[in-house]
Amino acid sequence: MSLTIDFETRHDVLCIRLGGELDHHTADELREKASDLIERNEIRHIVLNLEQLTFMDSSGLGVILGRYKQIKQVHGEMVVCAISPSLQRLFDMSGLFKIIKMEPTEEFALQRLGVA
Amino acid sequence: MKNEMNLQFSALSQNESFARVTVAAFIAQLDPTMDELTEIKTVVSEAVTNAIIHGYENDPSGIVYISVTIEENVIDLTIRDNGLGIVNVEEARQPLFTTKPELERSGMGFTIMENFMDEIEIHSQPGSGTEVKLRKSLKSRKMLCN
Repeated sequence: MSLTIDFETRHDVLCIRLGGELDHHTADELREKASDLIERNEIRHIVLNLEQLTFMDSSGLGVILGRYKQIKQVHGEMVVCAISPSLQRLFDMSGLFKIIKMEPTEEFALQRLGVA
Repeated sequence: MKNEMNLQFSALSQNESFARVTVAAFIAQLDPTMDELTEIKTVVSEAVTNAIIHGYENDPSGIVYISVTIEENVIDLTIRDNGLGIVNVEEARQPLFTTKPELERSGMGFTIMENFMDEIEIHSQPGSGTEVKLRKSLKSRKMLCN
């Protein structure tokens, strides 16, 4: 099973919806596409919807952290939503929740960034 | 009864998913919980990714070896490469430590392996490769039913 990536832009917010498996093999594609969109569309904030993501390892943490660093340069914030308990453990372990906010649904995440 | 499975494959990133799915299929006969299955798949992915990126530096002529033994409810997992090896294992085990920050590596691989498994042993020799031995006891379903 590979990774599916769906992007939606609302003003300066990029919504990234991931499905399938995010590992070292699939992380490259996500990094290239997301990083390109962030630059081209002058994105400031990111909503990361992980509802359909069935697997992720530390390579996924790396690419998420990479995008966080990218939008931090323009003082943006990242909100992750619809995260499963097993993914939440990975986020907790790596301390990502200290810098990335969490909301139960995409709707809440978009509201938080004022583009719902 | 002891049951063993061995696997070897080219150091290609597309084999990471093959490796974790194959190991998961083998241990499925122990009737693990979904959480336990996810933990095993994640640690296989971490160790295999390390072998490919750090051991062989993405050279596809390298071979990654996996050996899995199950006995009662105990899983012994060995992931080995004949790659570059790790100069300082203690340093490599530190959370967030990475030798390849430019590749957006999180440095969480060994931390995840330590958290998801009961025991971990890392044997590495610079120039001749790395062997990661992991052990996990599954919770017995029978005990939970009582």
